[in-house]
Amino acid sequence: MWQESVNVFVYEWLKMPHGEKLSDALNFFIYDTVKILFLLATIIFAITLLRSYFSTEKVRAYLSKKHEYTGNVLAALFGIITPFCSCSAIPLFLGFLQARIPLGVTFSYLISAPLNNEIAIAMLLSMFGWKVALLYIGFGLMVAIMGGIIIGRMGLEKEILIEVKPICGEITANEQQIPFTIRLKDAKEYTQDILAKTWIYVLAGVGVGAFIHGYVPTEFIVRVAGVDNIFAVPIVTLLGVPMYSNAAGVMPLIEVLTSKGMLMGTALSFMMAITALSLPEAMILKRIMSLKLIGIFFGTVTLGIIGVGYLFNAIL
Amino acid sequence: MKIEILGTGCAKCKSLEEATKQAVAKSGKFAQIEKVDDILKIMEYQVMSTPGLVIDGKVVSSGKVLSVDEIVALIG
Repeated sequence: MWQESVNVFVYEWLKMPHGEKLSDALNFFIYDTVKILFLLATIIFAITLLRSYFSTEKVRAYLSKKHEYTGNVLAALFGIITPFCSCSAIPLFLGFLQARIPLGVTFSYLISAPLNNEIAIAMLLSMFGWKVALLYIGFGLMVAIMGGIIIGRMGLEKEILIEVKPICGEITANEQQIPFTIRLKDAKEYTQDILAKTWIYVLAGVGVGAFIHGYVPTEFIVRVAGVDNIFAVPIVTLLGVPMYSNAAGVMPLIEVLTSKGMLMGTALSFMMAITALSLPEAMILKRIMSLKLIGIFFGTVTLGIIGVGYLFNAIL
Repeated sequence: MKIEILGTGCAKCKSLEEATKQAVAKSGKFAQIEKVDDILKIMEYQVMSTPGLVIDGKVVSSGKVLSVDEIVALIG
């Protein structure tokens, strides 16, 4: 229905000829941006509202009673439902250690939380549907659980530069009673905030995507990022690590690339590398942990993401 | 009254500090506003999502930029 409205607008009102590259690109651009922005707003609103019922304080109180392994799995799962912002990474990290949660379990959370952020999930749902979104979350959990267990096994506690004093006694989270109307209002404001920050990236991403859609030949994409290139997965992963805030802009690009022959595993690796690791986060973490630990953290996660990409390409 | 703003210097923390100043002015109360950016001090309040707002030693909000009116209600 929406596609028909765009068709009417482009071909009849603007009187642009059918089948021409420019009019098709414009048609695609209008169709995609409006669709993505609408779905983005709806999904982010829903996720934020749901998340207001879970707090990191509650998660910490719960995790502090769990052992390793179970803790890793639960920490990764909690990463999906709790809000996370890279500026809270340090208080969160230290807060977990204070509650005597093992380092590996803390890392499982620290990997999972940004990976499963609301923008990534919303973009995936709106562009690739729920199957790919679930696969992304599933493989992301795998990386977070395995990564956390591996880091936990390496005995890196001395690489934390700040002395963490454990909290004495039982760890509890004081419950804040927030009325539903306030939660609605908060979710609305948060969604507006996110949209105000990301719309320009979405536009840019879809714009470049529309260009590729119309002008770059499929054979080229297949050769560079498809079955013909065995190194596509590590290449896109390394490209994705430094990117972060522009995730909203990269996703529309990936949509076009997959429709033109980029393999889905390669695409998933790319998206995970963008969300899971970022340079600003590394800079923030440098204040409390040694470069060695940050290196191991980034290295483990990068290898995990590459592994997931190959695994997925092999299965499909 | 002593109001503390807990935050490691992100944009949200600055917005909260600004809103708090306005709220104090609006309420007409006498309050001392202090910005806490020492991570160890923040940890002592057991706050894990910044920015946090502390009134007279009690954490009243965390992980959220409150509006001026919301802070006025908390001070009142």
